[in-house]
Order: sequence, then C-alpha cells, then structure tokens
Amino acid sequence: MMIPCPHCGDRDVSEFRYGGDATKQRPKHGTGDLRTWHDHVFVFENPKGPHTEYWQHVLGCRRWFKLARNTATNEIGGVVS
Amino acid sequence: MSKHYSALALARHALDPDMPWPKAWESPEPKSSYDVVIVGGGGHGLATAYYLAKNHGITNVAVIERSYIGSGNVGRNTTLIRSNYMIGGNTAFFEHSLKLWEGLSHELNFNCMVSQRGQIVLAISPVQMDVFARRGNIMRLNGIDAELLDAGEVRKLLPYLDWSKDARWPILGAIMQPRAGTVRHDAVAWGYARAASALGVHIIENCEVTGFLINDGLVSGVETSRGRINAGKVGIAVAGHTSHVAKMAGLRLPVESHILQAFVTEPVKPIVDHVVSWGAELFYLSQSDKGGLVFGGHIDGFNTYTQRGQFNRIQTVAECAVSLMPFISRLRLLRHWGGIQDMTPDGSPFICKTDVRNLYLNGGWCYQGFKATPASGWTFSHTIAHDREHDLVRDFSLDRFGKGRELDEFGLGNWTYKQ
Repeated sequence: MMIPCPHCGDRDVSEFRYGGDATKQRPKHGTGDLRTWHDHVFVFENPKGPHTEYWQHVLGCRRWFKLARNTATNEIGGVVS
Repeated sequence: MSKHYSALALARHALDPDMPWPKAWESPEPKSSYDVVIVGGGGHGLATAYYLAKNHGITNVAVIERSYIGSGNVGRNTTLIRSNYMIGGNTAFFEHSLKLWEGLSHELNFNCMVSQRGQIVLAISPVQMDVFARRGNIMRLNGIDAELLDAGEVRKLLPYLDWSKDARWPILGAIMQPRAGTVRHDAVAWGYARAASALGVHIIENCEVTGFLINDGLVSGVETSRGRINAGKVGIAVAGHTSHVAKMAGLRLPVESHILQAFVTEPVKPIVDHVVSWGAELFYLSQSDKGGLVFGGHIDGFNTYTQRGQFNRIQTVAECAVSLMPFISRLRLLRHWGGIQDMTPDGSPFICKTDVRNLYLNGGWCYQGFKATPASGWTFSHTIAHDREHDLVRDFSLDRFGKGRELDEFGLGNWTYKQ
C-alpha cells in the first residue's frame, strides 16, 4: 500500500505510523461523565468502508495528516485537509 | 453407507468402492423459526450449536453462515493450541479449552489430528526468564503443566537454533508447556458441523444475515438473504466482522478489525518437532504434517477488512524466522494469507449478554480465537441456554473497560499504533 504524504508524495506504508480514527471528537475538558470518556477511549466505529484516519510519516518528514481510506478495499481516497 | 467413522467402516468402504460415504452434514432449507439462531458458521458458531444440542438438549438450532463452512478464520489460523495464561479470567477458561481439545476427536468421531507436541517459548534476557518463572508458577498453581528450561535443556530439544557466539539474540532458556500443540483446523470445522448436524442442528450455508428483528429491546429473529428467520434467542459468533454485524443490532463495541498474516514455506523433511515461540518478537513456528514450516507474527497495525496483508509485515516475519533459525534462510515461502480478527483494547474476548435481550455476543478474539474454540462453544452455549454467563467467562464482559477490569494478559490490544 502506498500512502500519499502531503509533503513527500507517494511512499510505502512501512514508512508510516497509523494514528487511528480522525473523526473522533475528544470530550470537552471537565466532562465528568464516565460513560462519555469510556466511549471515547474504548469504543470504535470500525466501519467496513470509507474511513478518515490519522497517519504520521514517521520515517520521513514526520508530518501528521488525515487520510481517506476504504477499509473494505484499502483504496486510498487522498489526503483530507 | 456408514454414518459412524471407524476402522471397520473404512475397510467396508475400501472393499466396496461403489458405496458412497454419506455427506458429513445435511444442507436443509431454513425453517421459518428456530429456538436459537447462531450467526456465523465458523469454529465458534458450530461448537456453540453442538454444545447447545449435546449439553443443553436444545436441538432446534440453526447456524447461519454467509459463505461455506471452513471459509473463514477457522481455516486461516496457524492451528496452535495452548493454555499458558496467568490472569485469573483467562487461566481456567483456556485450560478447559485444552482439556476439551484432548478428547475432541473421540467426542466428535472425527480425527482432528490433535498433536500435543509441546510449545517452547524462548527467553532472550534474564528478565524474561524471571517473567517466565512467574508465569510457570502461576500455571502450575492452577494445575496447568509448565516447565522452565535452562539453555542446555533447550539446546537438547532444539539443536537447530542459532547457538553460535555471534547469535543476534542469544537464547538463555525457555518455558515449555508439554501439552500444547497443533490441531488440523479444517477438521475442527467439519467435525463440529458433522456432529451438530447429527444431533439435529440445521447448518445453513451461503446465507447472509442482513439485519436483526428487534422490538422494545428484545430480539425475535434475523433477516437473511434467504428470507426472515424467527428465533427465540440469537447468538453472534462472527469474530473479524463483529462490529459490522453487531452494528445491525444497534451495538457499538470496543472492537477494531485488523489483519493478521500467516505463512507456509515449501515442504522440508521433519526438523521442527515442537511449536517454537520467540521472546525477541511476536513470532512462532511449527512444522505441518506436509512438511511446510508454518509461522506468524504481529498484526499489520491498522484497521482493515481486506484479507490481503502488507509486504513490510512479510519482511519483518521473514527476518524473525531467519534470525531465529538461520538454516531456513534459503527456503521459499509457498503461501501466505491474511485473516481478519477482532482486536479489543486489552487483547481479550467477549462472551456475554448484550443490551438487547436474548441477543448474545461471542467475539473480540484477537490472536487467540482458534485455541479457544471448544471452550468458547461450551461456555457460549451455556450463556445462551441459561441466559446467564458461564462461570468461566464472567470476566469476558462488555463492560469490563468501564469498570477497570481489563484482562491485559500479553499487552496485545489494538493499540500497536499508540505505543
């Protein structure tokens, strides 16, 4: 799988580190509701299909970015701004 | 036609080649209603159906499989069985599983080729030896076999490892579980399917569940590609796709789907007599009856449902193999494949009730689904039959993260990308 780094262009997946679901919103600071925090930390949407996620070009320019990828096919939709 | 497999039946069929063997299991049309419907005809689903009929007398059961029996993870694993666990919730469960494996071929009247060749986990540091000693002590206190070996003892058993002074990872010793080993995984699926079918369970292949019938928080059946099927109770056993299927019932779970790759080399003469695991990386290896070296490593590290692995993982696993056993460096990989597994935050599974009444969940198996198959079926069938979790799976609950009761046995959750 090749991943399009916004700075370095298409590079092999082995140069990158995965960072998880990029659509998760961290609960507001001070939220006391444990259920909300539990869901934020432990529950995953895990869709079979389009997914927006974080990647870091850790063995390259070290830039973090958001990527659109289809989890059913590994088809890359491109960098999401 | 001989329904019961035996040496006599084999001889009778050999003498009369025109006599066909009966189909191992029936392929009935789905009825409109069952007492229990199991979603997923993998090892766990079939074992659950078998023990529902055998242990609990519930035979009006259907197992609904999207593809054909044996097409999923039950045929995609590396066939290992062991019970070298040390956290309370795991120890007794996996030991129960190993005990069921030991009698499984007789239980099912199907040769599962259970081979208790022993698993040896190699230590590459003094700290690891201490950790292994602790693990072994806990196992023995639980009545599970474990032996701590020093380097000399390991060398006698595994003379083919790299024992040179230049070895990249010198081996200091090992922990061994003599009763661990391998099982022919296809036979497990076929054996459970055949035995369940003989007890009256309907095995319905090529039938995809497309939705759940839920009213007022109570499940009453499933929608399938072959029509609606009503059910008193429904069990989900589709590990790899648990999130996907559970979402149809409105459940959001602590599960991510990841790919784990496995590898087989070209066949060679018998050399590896045990299951050998390595302390320097997650890497393990055994030799199949056909002679191929079977090995596996870590998950690729990002969530995916494609059963196609990444090259960099193949490279890492091959490097592990050669580092541990330099003599296999010129062997070629014959096949490699990927299976999709549920990864949970603590690396442990779920066998439990859900927020939907009469809907039960079996999933989140991470790296350990195959070895758990018999005990999973045993305890999940109990959970469904009695509407109450079996004692062995009390800790495999969905709410354990909220209660701070994670079962973090090996630190192998879906967090690889957060470490």
